[in-house]
Amino acid sequence: MCTTCGCSDDTGVRVTDPGAPTHQPHTHDHDHDHGRTVLLEQKVLARNDDLAGRNRAWLAERAVVAVNLMSSPGSGKTTLLERTIRELGSDVPLSVIEGDQETLFDAERIRATGCRVVQVNTGAGCHLDAQMLSSALRTLEPPQRSVMFIENVGNLVCPALFDLGEDGRVVVMSVTEGADKPLKYPHMFRTADVVLLNKVDLLPYVDFDEQRFEGSVRRVNPAARVLRISATRGDGMSGWYDWLRERATDRPR
Amino acid sequence: MHELSLTQEIVEAIADRMGDAEIECVRLEIGKLSGVVVESIRFCFDLVAEGTIVAGARLEIDEPSGHARCRECASEFDIDDPIVLCPTCATANVDVLSGRDMRIRSVEVRTACAPPAAARTTPGSG
Repeated sequence: MCTTCGCSDDTGVRVTDPGAPTHQPHTHDHDHDHGRTVLLEQKVLARNDDLAGRNRAWLAERAVVAVNLMSSPGSGKTTLLERTIRELGSDVPLSVIEGDQETLFDAERIRATGCRVVQVNTGAGCHLDAQMLSSALRTLEPPQRSVMFIENVGNLVCPALFDLGEDGRVVVMSVTEGADKPLKYPHMFRTADVVLLNKVDLLPYVDFDEQRFEGSVRRVNPAARVLRISATRGDGMSGWYDWLRERATDRPR
Repeated sequence: MHELSLTQEIVEAIADRMGDAEIECVRLEIGKLSGVVVESIRFCFDLVAEGTIVAGARLEIDEPSGHARCRECASEFDIDDPIVLCPTCATANVDVLSGRDMRIRSVEVRTACAPPAAARTTPGSG
């Protein structure tokens, strides 16, 4: 394209040079290479967001509530799911998508509970994306009118940016991790609907300032619901189940 | 390292839109509140670009500040910190209006100026 007038667009994309004056007819008697600016104005995550939207519609058609569980490795996501399946599974149909870089370990733990599960191994990838979820959904085929958990790759950074098509985002953090974690990983905690503080049975043995933790969450996300639980001992689980039931009830049938 | 995935998205999106054009420059906008490390994008770009139409292209990244409005005192302010607090009343109860976007703004294409017969202008530009 000529940078003077914006002519000779041959790619079908909209071509403008915002710095150029309006078009004036002139001759093209020059024959030299020069750059032309092509405006793209496209979101970097446009493709992921589009696929996430399709996943969301696919899930909504089946009245499946999708919950994206995120945390650092070792916060207790899989233990939380095991207990949730045992205690809520007879009441609400559940299924699980497990995300890990490697191994089927977590999927095997979930399968041992009798719950429907598929494992996504991301290889070098540090997060699940909407394309991975789309493939997993087709394999899992979650039951109609159910709750589906997506256990994301253990990582408090990357999963924050990738919409999967979920209805709710839950960040799990354990009392062994330090009360200021929400301030250290604000992007993750900012997007959470619920923050689960796990392993509260260990509070007598660790130096964890609950008030500071609560303040840290509020500084990055004043709207998040904070629930204190122990997935191993069962403390506070009823609040978690109440939230899941609310979500399942809100879903139009 | 989500910057690697993001850089792949950027390079693939440009390839989809631009066919086999030779790209001299890629211009991105990555807001300061986006949660992306611009230096990591730069690091990944040369690796991901290799063998594609953006190989060797210059990378220009604009990093606009965030802009937010306090829901309690209604003041508006610019912010670069990912922990967005109102500077007037210190609350976190704010609406972030901009600064989280990541966009591919434009590319610069190397091309010979076409002769008049082939010239075509797309209206509505400007």
